[in-house]
Amino acid sequence: MGRVVVEVMPKPEILDPQGKAVVGALPRLGFTQFTSVRQGKRFELEVDGEVTPEVLAAAEQAAVTLLSNPVIEDVVRVADIEADAAATVTSQGLA
Amino acid sequence: MTASALATAKVGVVTFPGTLDDRDAARAVRLAGGEAVSLWHADADLHGVDAVVLPGGFSYGDYLRAGAISRFAPVMESVVDAAKGGMPVLGICNGFQILTEAHLLPGSMVKNDHLHFVCREQVLVVENADTAWTRDYAAGQRITVPLKNQDGQFVADDRTLDELEAEGRVVFRYEGWNPNGSRRGIAGITNAAGNVVGLMPHPEHAVEAGFGPASEAGPRAGTDGLGFFTSVLGSLVRA
Repeated sequence: MGRVVVEVMPKPEILDPQGKAVVGALPRLGFTQFTSVRQGKRFELEVDGEVTPEVLAAAEQAAVTLLSNPVIEDVVRVADIEADAAATVTSQGLA
Repeated sequence: MTASALATAKVGVVTFPGTLDDRDAARAVRLAGGEAVSLWHADADLHGVDAVVLPGGFSYGDYLRAGAISRFAPVMESVVDAAKGGMPVLGICNGFQILTEAHLLPGSMVKNDHLHFVCREQVLVVENADTAWTRDYAAGQRITVPLKNQDGQFVADDRTLDELEAEGRVVFRYEGWNPNGSRRGIAGITNAAGNVVGLMPHPEHAVEAGFGPASEAGPRAGTDGLGFFTSVLGSLVRA
C-alpha cells in the first residue's frame, strides 16, 4: 500500500483567521517566540500498490481540482511519503 | 405581467445533504406568486424549471471547504449548463459558496475575519438593479435582510475585484458595518450576463410581514427580500 501526501496552505495574501486565533492563544501558554501562525491542510491519499509517477500525477490533479481552491489556497506539496524517509521519521518521532 | 403567467413560472430549489433554508426559499417563491419545485442534489433532472435557487445551510457539513463537495453533485452539472445558457440562478449563503466553487461566480469565501458566527439584521445597498434577481429594486436602495454565517468573508485578488467594480457586477454592498471582513464590503455579485447572482445575506427570510426583520412598519414587519423573487418571476415572464 502506497501513500501520497498533499499539503495545502492559504495563499500568503489571504488573511488566515484560524492561524490568527492560534497565534493569539500561544502566548497564554508561555510560547512567546512565535510571531505568526498559518494553518493549512494535510491530506493522505492511499493507493493499492506502489506510488507510481502516474499515481503522483493523478494526486497533483486531484490537489488542484478538489483538495484546494486556487482562489484562496496553494498546493505546497504532493509527495510519496513512504519514499520520503525524513517525513516518515519525523512523524514516527512525534507519535 | 398577469397572475396566470406568474403561476406558470417554475423556480427550482435544490436540497443538498445539510441544506437548511430550502423550505424558506420555496416559501419565498410561492409568496412572490411563482411555483416552487423541489430539486434533489443526486438527481441531474431539473424537472423543467425556469430558474434555480441554491439555498443556504451547511451542505456536506462544510467539509473540505464550504460548497466544495456540493459542486460535484449531479444536479450541479445541469445547473451549470443551464446557467451558462442564461437560466437565472440565485445562490444564497452556502449557495453563493457553491456558485464560486462551481466557477459560475469569481472569488471565494473564507472564515469571517473576527472568527465568530454572525447572525443579525443587515442593511445592504443595492448597487446593480439590472440583474434577473434585482430588477424590482432601485440602484442605491437600502434593504434589510437577515445575515447568518461563519465563512462569509468574500475574497478575490485585486484584479478580479477591479473587474467586478468596473463592470458593475457588485450587486450588493454591506452598509454601516462590514460583518465578515469581505473585500471592499462586497455582499453579493453577479456574472457578466446578469443571470447568476450570489450573496451571503438571506433575502428568503424577509418575505412575509410578521416573520421578517424589524422595519419602519414595526417589529418583524420587514419584507425587503421579496423583491428577489418577484424580480426573477418578472424576468421569466418578460423572457
